[in-house]
Amino acid sequence: MTTLTLAKALNAGLRRALTDDPKVVLMGEDIGKLGGVYRVTDGLQAEFGPRRVMDTPLAESGIIGTAIGMAYRGYRPVCEIQFDGFVYPAFDQIVSQLAKMHARTRGAVTLPLTIRIPVGGGIGAAEHHSESPEAYFAHTAGLRVISVSNPQDAATMLRQAIASDDPVIFFEPKRRYHVKGEVDDAVALEGDGAAMPMGAARVARQGTDVTLVTWGGLVGVALDAALAAADEGVSIEVIDLRSLSPIDYDTVAASVRATGRIVIAHEGPGEAGLASEIAAVVTERCFHFLEAAPVRVTGHDVPYPPAKLERHHLPDLDRILDGVDRALGRVASTVKA
Amino acid sequence: MPDAVQLLDEHGTRHPSAEWDHWIADLDDAALAALYEDMVVVRRIDTEATALQRQGELALWPPLLGQEASQIGSGRALRTDDFVFSSYRENGVAYCRGVDIVDLVRVWRGITASAWNPYDVGMATPQVIIGAQTLHATGYALAIQSDGDDAVAVAYLGDGAMSEGDVSEAFVFASTFQAPVVFFCQNNQYAISEPVRVQTRVPLVDRPGGFGIPAVQVDGNDVLAVMAVTRHALDRARNGGGPMFIEAVTYRMGPHTTADDPTRYRDPGELEVWAQRDPIARLRLLLEQSGALGPELEARVAETADRVARELRAGAVAITDPPPLEVFSHVYAEPHPGLDRQRDDYARYLEGFAL
Repeated sequence: MTTLTLAKALNAGLRRALTDDPKVVLMGEDIGKLGGVYRVTDGLQAEFGPRRVMDTPLAESGIIGTAIGMAYRGYRPVCEIQFDGFVYPAFDQIVSQLAKMHARTRGAVTLPLTIRIPVGGGIGAAEHHSESPEAYFAHTAGLRVISVSNPQDAATMLRQAIASDDPVIFFEPKRRYHVKGEVDDAVALEGDGAAMPMGAARVARQGTDVTLVTWGGLVGVALDAALAAADEGVSIEVIDLRSLSPIDYDTVAASVRATGRIVIAHEGPGEAGLASEIAAVVTERCFHFLEAAPVRVTGHDVPYPPAKLERHHLPDLDRILDGVDRALGRVASTVKA
Repeated sequence: MPDAVQLLDEHGTRHPSAEWDHWIADLDDAALAALYEDMVVVRRIDTEATALQRQGELALWPPLLGQEASQIGSGRALRTDDFVFSSYRENGVAYCRGVDIVDLVRVWRGITASAWNPYDVGMATPQVIIGAQTLHATGYALAIQSDGDDAVAVAYLGDGAMSEGDVSEAFVFASTFQAPVVFFCQNNQYAISEPVRVQTRVPLVDRPGGFGIPAVQVDGNDVLAVMAVTRHALDRARNGGGPMFIEAVTYRMGPHTTADDPTRYRDPGELEVWAQRDPIARLRLLLEQSGALGPELEARVAETADRVARELRAGAVAITDPPPLEVFSHVYAEPHPGLDRQRDDYARYLEGFAL
């Protein structure tokens, strides 16, 4: 166990994956000498060489498309998309090619790509650098979607993603790159004492009054909100979803059956967002256990605002607690029924 | 196409070339006859598949009529361990790769998105999204390079694809990494209804040069020239020379697909001009002049074409629909609880009809 930032934990996970499997290759813009704009690949090109850690041309569709070709011949590429808002030029290669290939070829071709994407806001960035596009990918059959929140999950789940024979979209919350934690970068992925399955959600804090579901960058905010609510005598159970496709509804439903109330929070826009899907499924599965309608606390349905306004867009501690109040039946906000 | 490589003209006249002849010096009469048979058989497959579509046995068919020399000349230049990434019209190439005849029409019968295992024949599932496969070929070539192997990845694309961003990105990656990939562009003059002038102001062959990729234009209806040029490009890529681009100038004599009506956008006079440049007719003339094509060979080729057509028809009409739950199969390589639940729910729903 060592204390690492989330970014360093990802680096450790990548190093272990590169060491364990000679077919693992890293591809992306500025990931070589520079070590990536967030230094997640720091030192890896020097250690493994330019054929294992490849600086690519500035072409996102090209990165994913050529990675597909490499995977066709047995490689296991890990692609870095520099920022969330830069993934859209690769959308066809991800949605029409990568996601569908296993089904199109009736299982003959597996494409075990991992696509790492720094995600989300809260860092005062320029436009196209703060987006939360996870719903697009969770909506796409054939992809697995992961969003990590802490250094240990970052190291372990990145290795799980790389080891998976399915394509994985792997979101890394930018605002938590520098959060530190204890990390064991050699956790077994299979067998005795193995890590939690990649698709499993984690109860990050136990509680009895309200279930609060979130992931990635908002997990820290949710835990802070739970701490603040505890001062007022409200017990919040925080679930870090970790996997957005598949979603571990068993863990969510078990919690909701106990609390009778659910708040779902995410940074991305609310309209047709994941919170809506989770609310619908929880309603279907737990209708007779619900004491109140599910509550969504999300980004507004607006283009991501300029940095000086982003605090009015992102769910923060107060907006989450406002949602908790609504779930508890307390009239605390201006939201009309 | 004044600068296009041509070794056999439309009158069946062989034009010696110091630059290119050595690439096909091994082609004796038997080899030429085999190329002739390939083209005749592929044309017959095309005709039969079109008939099957008209009779309601196939939903759609994309004919390659007129492009036989481009596809056979290049397809027969490949080595078994080379790997093809094509679009949907490369049925002649698929034939060369050894794809089962009936597998050529399974997709068009609407029962699958992929009829063959790509690794069995060294040819990927044909691509419908225009140009997307050029990146896959380039990535496959990068993998060949990393493996230290001397195989080559071949991307087949058309004139329309040259406008797609993915193709430009493929050129960039192929060039900067010097990947062993050959881009084989069949300029058949039309992207559905759009003539090639809508895609480009300069000859297509002039464009890869800006990316640092050498390019050659070839008479795409001359099977000998196509084979020579392709062999050269493959040899170059195998030996560390990097990518190469081939523009095979040809003509799509038929519709884009059986759903298309080219009379709405094409001048019949143009069709007559290209009919005079038929790829099969000129090789036939050459073989007749040399005495290689006699009644015996003619009969054998016709018999082969007839047999293949019969196999195609019998196989096509015998294709049955896959079971309903197949839609859930292979979406993921590993279990996905959400999808598994949907599959089970739908299975229960279907069982209700059996009661």
